[in-house]
Amino acid sequence: MPDSTFLDSTELVLNMGPQHPSTHGVLRVILKLDGEKVRGTDCVIGYLHRGVEKIAENRTWAQFNPYVDRMDYVAAISNGLGYCLAVEKLLNVEAPPRAQAVRVILTELNRIASHLLWLGTHALDIGAITPVFYCLREREEALKIFENYCGARLTTHAFRIGGLQYEIYEGFEREIKAFCDMFLPKVDEYEELLTNNRIWVSRLKGVGVLNGEECKEYGVTGPMLRAAGVEWDLRKAQPYSGYEKYDFAIPTRQNGDTYDRYIVRMQEMRQAVRIMRQAVEGIPEGPIMGKVGKVIKPPVGEAYVSIEAPKGELGYYVVSDGGVQPYRVRVRPPSFVNLQALDKMVRGALVADVVAVIGTLDIVLGEVDR
Amino acid sequence: MADEQKPGGSPAPSSKPSPPSGQPAKPAPPKPPAPPKPPAVMAATPWESELARDIKEQFGDAVTATSTYVGQNFVVTRPDAAIALLEYLKMEAGFDYLVDITAADWPKRAERFDLVYVVYSFSRNERVRIKTAIPEGFQPATAVGVHLAANWLEREVFDMFGIAFAGHPDLRRILMPEDWQGYPLRKDYSIIQQDERWVRENLNIESGQ
Repeated sequence: MPDSTFLDSTELVLNMGPQHPSTHGVLRVILKLDGEKVRGTDCVIGYLHRGVEKIAENRTWAQFNPYVDRMDYVAAISNGLGYCLAVEKLLNVEAPPRAQAVRVILTELNRIASHLLWLGTHALDIGAITPVFYCLREREEALKIFENYCGARLTTHAFRIGGLQYEIYEGFEREIKAFCDMFLPKVDEYEELLTNNRIWVSRLKGVGVLNGEECKEYGVTGPMLRAAGVEWDLRKAQPYSGYEKYDFAIPTRQNGDTYDRYIVRMQEMRQAVRIMRQAVEGIPEGPIMGKVGKVIKPPVGEAYVSIEAPKGELGYYVVSDGGVQPYRVRVRPPSFVNLQALDKMVRGALVADVVAVIGTLDIVLGEVDR
Repeated sequence: MADEQKPGGSPAPSSKPSPPSGQPAKPAPPKPPAPPKPPAVMAATPWESELARDIKEQFGDAVTATSTYVGQNFVVTRPDAAIALLEYLKMEAGFDYLVDITAADWPKRAERFDLVYVVYSFSRNERVRIKTAIPEGFQPATAVGVHLAANWLEREVFDMFGIAFAGHPDLRRILMPEDWQGYPLRKDYSIIQQDERWVRENLNIESGQ
């Protein structure tokens, strides 16, 4: 409870965003300030609301597939994977092993691309200019692979319900291996710039703390949960798309602050490389599409399927009435749910910490607003 | 190479293959009755487990079904028991993570909306859905007292379906503009529909289409 105001100042209401470089899109936060201390926040969202769930009800199951890429456009492939898995669950089909392996490779590559964009912009917000150039340089290599595979760099529409549309191109494996070899030393390079950097450490340590219990209470998942000491990753807890075949670790930290979330995401990039290396070694031969008809008509029913997206648990609740169009598609976006914890994380902190916390939340407004 | 039969060497596509010998060429027999259509309801099967038995024992008539479909378990309850069930699952069974709250609109039903809660237990690594059917105008109790995560999720359900949660601390629209009229995810809300007054006054255009 605020007992007395700081420096006898009166409460100031400060509007931040929606057009503000550190809000990573069109997020508007109304800050109630006492001097430089944050007494409360109110998030205003919806500027990017396009009614994705409504659109789903007016498209066929397959036609809706490209739309999901436009939610978390930084990790479009994860979105597509979640949607395809959800519809496949309703259809009771599974993608063939070859398709699953390619899906894992591309999804992990997308995780790296997503984390790189997070790292670059987060560091930029804190005041470290250099890392963003490094991050975008490496992200470009990942985007080139997406482009070679399916012709698109950002909103890729890489997967189809039942498997893949495209066979991998010649040299795909070589390029993935080359990326892995190139990328690991780069992560060390970023860490050299930041991990022990005095300014970086003092801006992040102890900022925006959310412990494990609070994370569960707010439904916060992904790297934020793992940085609070909860070793939970859907790829391990409820494996999908063949993740159980790969050997990887779940990086965790104990403090649940912004610095720990940084460390967890850095280690996750290394783990992603580890998974990609295993997956690319033995891509099984065989078909790339499962037994899915030309017209997708799942039987009457419903399913909730979720995956570990770069930002946390991304879930799809799909309802079919037996028709060619979805009756209802609900997206459970990790960014939306995680953003809810912003108020808890910045209460009592300084204005500058709000910028750090929005960065560490790793939100994408396309996914928050849908 | 010349000896190999080319695809083009087969009879012209227009000529139908002759019926196999032994079968007189008679008009096709009347079609067998069409295979039974898949049931118009979800082909869920009963969910047998210790937890399902405990829930039934604890809640009796308030729980109308414990079912499973495509390997996913869900509980159908009366609307007034949903929050008590959420609390029971959290306190007694370890379902401490509220994953999602959402709804679906079935305008032809008397109980128009399906309200759906998804909960997960870290200790059991198990997911359960709670479903409850509510009529239009019914105000289900808020789940914020049980899970803080319910706050924004319920606001979104309110915004999109117009389901007002009783006791919610801050029930405002969240994605749509605050003074928007209509609830977009209801089935009777057309995809090109919009709040024309709002568009005119705030965007200074006649139509957003």
